[in-house]
Amino acid sequence: MDFGPFLLLALMEGLVMAAVLALTAVGLSLVFGVMRVVNVAHGEFFMLGAVAAWFVTSAMPGPPAVGFVAALLVAPLLVGGIAALADRLVLKRLNYDPEATIVATIGLLYILQQAALTIYGPDARPVQAPFEWRIQFPWFGYSGYKLFVVFAAAAVLTAVWLFMTRSRIGLVMRATQIDRDMARAFGINVDRVYAGVFAMGAGLAAVAAVLIVPIQQAHYLMGGDPLLLSFIVVIIGGLGSLRGTLVAALLIGLSDGVISVFFSPTLAKIIATLFVALVLVFRPQGLFGAKQ
Amino acid sequence: MKALALHLALIAVLFALQFVLPPYHHTNIVRVMVLAVFAMGYNIAFGYTGLLSLGHALFFGAGMYTAGLLATGEGTALLALPAGVLAGGAAAFAVGLLALRTAGVSFMIVTLMFAQAGYLTVLYFGAFTGGDEGFVIPNAARALGPFDLSTDTPRYFAGLALFAVALLANLALVRSPIGRVMVAMRENEERSRMLGYNPFTVKLFALSVSGLYAGAAGAAYALMFGYVGASFAAIQYSILPLLWVLLGGAGTVLGPFVGALLMFYLIDLSSSVTTAHQMVVGVALLALVLFAPKGVLGALRDRGLKWLP
Amino acid sequence: MASVILFARALTRHFGGLKAVDGMDFDLAQGEIHALIGPNGAGKTTFVSLLSGRVPVQSGSITFNGLDITDLPAHARVARGIAYTFQITAIYARLPVYDNVALAVQRTGSTALRADTMAALARVGLQDRAAQEAGTLAYGHQRLLEIAMGLALKPRLLILDEPTQGLANSEIDGFKALVRSVVPETTVLLIEHNMDVVMDLAQRITVLNFGKLLAQGTPAEIRANAAVQAAYLGG
Repeated sequence: MDFGPFLLLALMEGLVMAAVLALTAVGLSLVFGVMRVVNVAHGEFFMLGAVAAWFVTSAMPGPPAVGFVAALLVAPLLVGGIAALADRLVLKRLNYDPEATIVATIGLLYILQQAALTIYGPDARPVQAPFEWRIQFPWFGYSGYKLFVVFAAAAVLTAVWLFMTRSRIGLVMRATQIDRDMARAFGINVDRVYAGVFAMGAGLAAVAAVLIVPIQQAHYLMGGDPLLLSFIVVIIGGLGSLRGTLVAALLIGLSDGVISVFFSPTLAKIIATLFVALVLVFRPQGLFGAKQ
Repeated sequence: MKALALHLALIAVLFALQFVLPPYHHTNIVRVMVLAVFAMGYNIAFGYTGLLSLGHALFFGAGMYTAGLLATGEGTALLALPAGVLAGGAAAFAVGLLALRTAGVSFMIVTLMFAQAGYLTVLYFGAFTGGDEGFVIPNAARALGPFDLSTDTPRYFAGLALFAVALLANLALVRSPIGRVMVAMRENEERSRMLGYNPFTVKLFALSVSGLYAGAAGAAYALMFGYVGASFAAIQYSILPLLWVLLGGAGTVLGPFVGALLMFYLIDLSSSVTTAHQMVVGVALLALVLFAPKGVLGALRDRGLKWLP
Repeated sequence: MASVILFARALTRHFGGLKAVDGMDFDLAQGEIHALIGPNGAGKTTFVSLLSGRVPVQSGSITFNGLDITDLPAHARVARGIAYTFQITAIYARLPVYDNVALAVQRTGSTALRADTMAALARVGLQDRAAQEAGTLAYGHQRLLEIAMGLALKPRLLILDEPTQGLANSEIDGFKALVRSVVPETTVLLIEHNMDVVMDLAQRITVLNFGKLLAQGTPAEIRANAAVQAAYLGG
């Protein structure tokens, strides 16, 4: 294949990655924006979404599309429920202290990961895509499902944006983000908002995982990369800025895809991690966040 | 005086233990002593100076790989060990220059990122480092002068010597004027600034010393057990020292050893029961941060043993 | 006229729309006791925070002992001889009283740490409480500890931010004697609301209002100043 089509292929792969990454990262960003909590177990919520999808699709009879839709509904609800529980039992107890919550979520990471190992096992298992559709470009064939992933992610993100900006619950969440004490004074049950936001963040990661699992297999260790990449996206985009997160996800996803295809995935990750560290050191507000 | 006596007693007990321990535990205690040195280093940064780093695997790994590569290349551990110590300190100093411009959560993430980059770099240059598989150090290269570290008795002595030096140095440091300044920086940075202390230099010093300890532990671990691998530079080895210190008691000198010992055997015991033994790490972290943030010795100190350093 | 140990020119610090300190000129004579008074929100604490380095200067300059310290970070100014005690007590609550003062004494290059620390404690009468956890001290004693820490630095300029707040009358008398004992080797600049202390101790008084210098002079001059009376003393 010539360079041009090869680049196009790399960009399309990067776009799929960016779509899934955007969903995952928005979940992380929401949690930090509203609760000021850095959730290191976020990658494990992603993994749980994929594992749950495998269980659901394996259990559902009939064509793969049916199981897939069921997984899309069940996985986020299940994972969100686990997250809400974690918030109530752990994070609330720590009064959302920044350093303590990071340590606690590290503990949560281990527990969730090892629980998945126990229940799901150490193997990577595939999930069948809901439909098979090969799109034929002049230079290469491409999976139609991958394009579907991009559109689905965009749809979910639009729904999230509408929810946050147009619905009453979204308004309540944004009010709590701006001023927690003032929100409380207005009668908003901040504890419930926090549990809801934490659940929503986890649920978004789960949706992203369900979308990606037909392409990438479900494995109990698969949470590490999405965690690292979401971190990178959220920090570069500016913690708490949804727009920044989206732009950064696009940037990171595309460049990671391109560098991975042309050079090596490891090198791409090295560059990304160092970039994040330097952004935090020299420009802590990220590209879009406000200077505090 | 009481404190010094207690610490010397521990060293004496460890010295005597080697004659009664069965072979399996004999090696384990050496491991624990070396890892305790790592934990003590972490404690200097975290427990005493308040720097919650998530990147110490980088300093441990720097020591391990420097020592391992030098020993395999030059064929002697005599140069490799001090080189590893310095490598750990240098890595910590370099990271500190950048990371200490941030604080709190940002500092945690920056150190985490640098450590991750280090780990990935080890994998990327797999041709030199052996990548994920790592490499074995030939026995001939593991001799500290006449002491062959691949055999039980010299290894135990070397481990104990390293532990003893690290422990007593730690004790001296925290009871010195500099130690007092480190604690002051943790307790009230603004106040310390207004007493004329430069927060950046104090923290950089603490982090660098912490790196020296980590590098020493990494180098010793490589030379004593003959294996260098990327898993020792992975995120696990940034979280384990935090866990050891939290469990044993942050801000106490003996806490890191207690935590390393307890956790080592906790994981050892649970791995004979289940493959998901890492769960213990998670549960321990959660339990500590929720219910017992002072750890074993920290809680003891609060309840009466005020003189415990 | 005594030499000037510190002077500020056109010192300005705004916080968003709030002009906390607005173009202040200020001279401090070597060895004097100088009081800074003014209504709440006049900018007194911000002004001394600019002098001590706690808050960065927006525009203007500060010169101390002939050296331009405008861009010098706080810890470097302390090293040059400016000490500041906090308005809201900022002692090391979880450390013993001894350690609190020792940290200050350590800065002076002392070769007899124990002796110098106990002496510093004795100056404020806290020597018997050396082993006590600082946070468990009575509020008045915590203020005294603050002052002890400032004095232990052996500063050229000691800035005291509302030092007598929370002190009993006998303690205030002791404080006044303490301040008189450190001048003229040390220059003292204090923010005070307690007018008795101000009028008794201060050799010169500066009155601030809305971030600007309203009046400056001896206690008698200030007492007689109509503008000051209107703004602050209430006639």
